[in-house]
Amino acid sequence: MIRVTDLSKRFGPKTVLDGVSFSLAKGESLVVIGSSGSGKSVLLKCLLGLERAEHGEVQIAGLRNPQPRAIAAQVGMLFQGAALFDSLPVWQNVAFRPMRGTGRMPRQQARDLAVETLARVGLGPEVADLFPAELSGGMQKRVGLARAIVGDPPVLFFDEPTAGLDPIMSAVINALIRRIVTETGATALTITHDMRTLRDVADRVAMLHQGRFHWQGSAAEALTTEDAVMRQFTLGQVEGPIPTLR
Amino acid sequence: MTPTATLGAIGRATASGFGALGRFVAFGAQALGWALRPPLYWRETLTQLVLIGWLSLPVIGLTALFTGAALALQIHAGSSRFSAEFAVPSITAIGMVRELGPVLGGLMVAARVASSIAAEIATMKVSEQIDALRTLAVEPMQYLTVPRLLAATLAMPVLVAVGDAVGILGGWAVGVTRLGFESSAYLRNTLDFLEFWDVASGLVKAAVFGFLIALAGCHAGISAGRGAMGVGAATKSAVVLASVLILAANYLLTEAFFSA
Repeated sequence: MIRVTDLSKRFGPKTVLDGVSFSLAKGESLVVIGSSGSGKSVLLKCLLGLERAEHGEVQIAGLRNPQPRAIAAQVGMLFQGAALFDSLPVWQNVAFRPMRGTGRMPRQQARDLAVETLARVGLGPEVADLFPAELSGGMQKRVGLARAIVGDPPVLFFDEPTAGLDPIMSAVINALIRRIVTETGATALTITHDMRTLRDVADRVAMLHQGRFHWQGSAAEALTTEDAVMRQFTLGQVEGPIPTLR
Repeated sequence: MTPTATLGAIGRATASGFGALGRFVAFGAQALGWALRPPLYWRETLTQLVLIGWLSLPVIGLTALFTGAALALQIHAGSSRFSAEFAVPSITAIGMVRELGPVLGGLMVAARVASSIAAEIATMKVSEQIDALRTLAVEPMQYLTVPRLLAATLAMPVLVAVGDAVGILGGWAVGVTRLGFESSAYLRNTLDFLEFWDVASGLVKAAVFGFLIALAGCHAGISAGRGAMGVGAATKSAVVLASVLILAANYLLTEAFFSA
């Protein structure tokens, strides 16, 4: 479903991605971990076509190096800060794509779909007419999740889904992601620093370090491996191969 | 600083200025290109018409009222030096509709609208809403820029027409209450000497100013840097750019319309 080959991206003199390669089968959930500034978000933006890589190839749902518009129907994305549109009520945020994409949905039908999708992420219909600014951080994440899964796209991307949330809300969001990925059979790629997300969401884990996938394995292996980079990251150690001043 | 270093600094500043101008013009051409392609997001356009047009009416009205009143006083003071006080109504009206209505209205709308457009779009950029639009198969130029350009271009002539009327009313109020004019004579004098092109030229200017205001706001917002400083800088540059563009365009349009 997703195949990335030798992807490289530079910003000025700094090489952020240096030949990243991986593939993800249909229905598989990959969690990418890595220190701050390691290029995780850049990797995601390259996959979405929001950043252009200098070298390498991305294939998503059979499309090579697709533009965002070309894969919009295939991909749902939960942004780190939810990225909800402030000027629109919740239901219009959720139904944004069905109301504006190709084959536009009538307003009432779009609203019904939004309310139905909000229910899938645990939000009642009373939330539909609120504006994003009226919601808590956890509710905003749920709405962002609803927007990502509306129409059940076969590929889901999650950028730091638990960033800024308390442990309880983080567990709720992780459980929602796991359930949705399992139910819909979507292929998922999640970027996180959160070890709980790694445990709850991952079928497979990849560690992005020095522009490459330094380590790949299962979630259980990720937490027990003797690899020095992985140990430092998963245990949050100050000493180790990952520089702390960066 | 050595002469060579000074020349170098001037050269870099000039090149940077032309670079910025080039990017702005390219942005405008790109926006026009997107304006010609379907779909038109009419709901967003209507919302912007309300935000840019309807909600600017009070500031335009007040600006025009006081400007018209002050203009009548100034023209009276000047014309009384050679016993030409009878010209106060017509010159006040012509001054309002040709110049002060569109220019001051444009500057007031630039302050109010270009800043808010820039701040809104810059905040959307900082909070990844622009990226979100693209992942949802919506082109930000088409969804954010085109409705604002269209709304500002359509709303400004209407705003300025209202401003012209209010400004003339301000002049009339001062003329009647302070300068000793008879009410109907003042209005007749205004209407008799005002020509169609006086009004129309001001409205054409207003449409151009509206386009430039929205373009400056959108460009500054989409080009914004990171964080709160980026949003602040975008807001400031939108107002400065829009104001300078209005004044420059006003001169060029006046040359085109009225030079002998």
